[in-house]
Amino acid sequence: MLSRTADNLFWIARYIERAETMARLLEVGARIALMPSAGHGYRSEWESLLQASGTSVGFAEKYGDPVQRNIESYLFFDRDNPSSVASCIERARENARIVRTALTSQVWDALNGAFQEMRQLERKPRSEMELTELTEWVMRQAALVRGAIDATLLRNDGYAFLNLGFALERADNTARLIDVKYYVLLPSVDFIGSGLDNYQWQTLLRALSAHRAFHWAYGGEITAAKIAHFLILNPQSPRSLVATVTMAMDNLDALARGYHKSGAAQMRARSLVGEIAETRVEEIFDEGLHEFLTRFIRDVGELSDMVQAAYLSGEAR
Amino acid sequence: MTTYFNEMYEGGQVREPYARLEDWTKAMPAALRAMKQAEAEALFRRIGITFAVYGEGGDPDRLIPFDMFPRVFTQAEWRKLERGIKQRARALNAFLLDVYGRAEIVRAGKIPARMVFQNEAFERAVAGFTPPRGIYSHIVGIDIVRTGADEFFVLEDNCRTPSGVSYMLENREIMMRMFPQLFRENRIEPVDGYSDALRRTLASVAPAKCEREPTIAILTPGHYNSAYYEHSFLADLMGVELVEGADLFVEGGFVWMRTTEGPKKLDVIYRRIDDAFLDPLCFRPDSMLGIPGLMDVYRSGGVSICSAPGAGVADDKAVYTFVPEMIRFYLGEEPLLNNVPTWQCAKPDECKYVLENLGELVVKEVHGSGGYGMLVGPKSTKDQIETFRAKIEAHPENYIAQPTLALSATPTFVEEGIAPRHVDLRPYCLVGEKIELVPGGLTRVALKEGSLVVNSSQGGGVKDTWVLAE
Repeated sequence: MLSRTADNLFWIARYIERAETMARLLEVGARIALMPSAGHGYRSEWESLLQASGTSVGFAEKYGDPVQRNIESYLFFDRDNPSSVASCIERARENARIVRTALTSQVWDALNGAFQEMRQLERKPRSEMELTELTEWVMRQAALVRGAIDATLLRNDGYAFLNLGFALERADNTARLIDVKYYVLLPSVDFIGSGLDNYQWQTLLRALSAHRAFHWAYGGEITAAKIAHFLILNPQSPRSLVATVTMAMDNLDALARGYHKSGAAQMRARSLVGEIAETRVEEIFDEGLHEFLTRFIRDVGELSDMVQAAYLSGEAR
Repeated sequence: MTTYFNEMYEGGQVREPYARLEDWTKAMPAALRAMKQAEAEALFRRIGITFAVYGEGGDPDRLIPFDMFPRVFTQAEWRKLERGIKQRARALNAFLLDVYGRAEIVRAGKIPARMVFQNEAFERAVAGFTPPRGIYSHIVGIDIVRTGADEFFVLEDNCRTPSGVSYMLENREIMMRMFPQLFRENRIEPVDGYSDALRRTLASVAPAKCEREPTIAILTPGHYNSAYYEHSFLADLMGVELVEGADLFVEGGFVWMRTTEGPKKLDVIYRRIDDAFLDPLCFRPDSMLGIPGLMDVYRSGGVSICSAPGAGVADDKAVYTFVPEMIRFYLGEEPLLNNVPTWQCAKPDECKYVLENLGELVVKEVHGSGGYGMLVGPKSTKDQIETFRAKIEAHPENYIAQPTLALSATPTFVEEGIAPRHVDLRPYCLVGEKIELVPGGLTRVALKEGSLVVNSSQGGGVKDTWVLAE
């Protein structure tokens, strides 16, 4: 397949996953903001959210103080923010239009439908929309796209590039979502282990739609160690870091089988999976959660660059 | 302009090809019609067949209005058209091969040398080169209008990259889906063989150095182009890659595609970009769309380009007047399809006549297209006519004029019900190992009452075009 086609497919998946993460981040923010908080008041929490999403500089330039309403606009509707839900959906759809021939009409319908509905949402007065409605809408659209891909697409290299996009973006995003916890907690280390701390961990679980799943998997008291294990090390948890890098590895292996050629990206994915599979929760907390996540995000970024060089850049020989 | 040929009714009688359609419209109440129209529109939008209108803002994904009332030809009418179209496509290709070779037609004094060699579209870069099978124009779109039961005129030839064939195919798909009954009652020749025929045509002109089954690709300027849908649609139907300039590179005398498995050799390029943008080393150095070195590979027989660079010299509006002469010169035949009588403003006496009669004539720019830069005398105000007069006087060689033809009309669904609207026809003739023409084409309709301009950029719509089987 053309490298450009593979690149577009890869990014369709990344944009859809990113749109979903933005919606989840907003959900986390809105819930945390409902809680009485320590010291800095509600502002610090919204700011931490902007930092975790990597959009705090752009936001500050445009709006200044982090007011909830402006943050909602910026993360959801703003086309000046390349990571906003609207920007992501528009670019996913534009990429799909470019590689229309590599998609089934069901997948195109799902992406095009999301874009058309998005434009209708933009025309509606904001006062008529609850944030929860918007975030649920995004998750529904993302589910439709994934469902259409799974149900109708040929299991060829294009399918692997889409899933690779989903996997790498999700790995990065889950790590960032967990990192919100770090930003929120940073001002007051005293809160670790307190009721507030647990509430924040639970909110994170909810945002990852993993609240119930967690209880099924672990039972008993919610502790930071259990949650970190669930979101980082448990292969059963579909958004856990180990699950996402395994998914990336599997799809890279599928490509290597199809092309009869394995390379640096496959090796790197394998070592990432091996490394994280052998990690224990205690080690993560010893290293420091934030430090661990930062390292992980960098590793995933490097793997992504290797995929780019091997398949998407068109420089492969 | 009060009389014109109505393709459905003649002297109060329904003409034979439309016989079954009268009952169909009678059985369709307004409510059902509106529903079907909405359904058609939703289908077009879902499939994504849209086009962009430049410089007007608004919705970038606009639909070309689709009229559900089909335009019908009998088998006998079509056979006549088909013979005429193939004859013309053959002559145009013979002309191209000749003017890039010995230019016998110029030596014989049948066409002025200036008109060929000083033509903007004449490509010095391919002079002396013979493309595979000697074919320059592989897809010839010939615009035809009708003025009477047996009177057809060729309005213009499109030898480069005529667009619109996706509408011919999709209009039919949608009609069959919405009105299967109509297709049971009328025996209608299918058009869906087009994509296979196009593929065969492209494969048949593989370059000399291609030793295996040729790899074909469509070269598009990109997804911002107004015809991008058509490019991807055709690539999909033929099962070939849709490439942009940046996907290709030249190495070792061949053209290669950048793929996820490394370079893959490309043999035949069906390009949908203009000559000027093909190769920055050969044509416009500022082209971002092209492939550096492409023309070297082309000239050394490493790749075929369809249509061949330089094909445009056969289809400008001034060379058009010489096509009947080409048919006589190369084929030794009389033209089966007539040209519209044309005055060349470049000739002083003809220009004088044109300026004296602007109110009755249609004036066109020699290199214009898409209905832009054109004056329809009888439909224009005094001011518009005077503005155009000044333009012609400044650059007479840029203009030609034709009588305002009474274009035929076919019944069309309009606000008030059904009313006649003027139409033209663009069939797509394929020239490769064989010359092929699918029975049908794109009928464009001027939706405004009395309007003669059918271009989609000027408020025209499209119809399904039927050729009845014997």
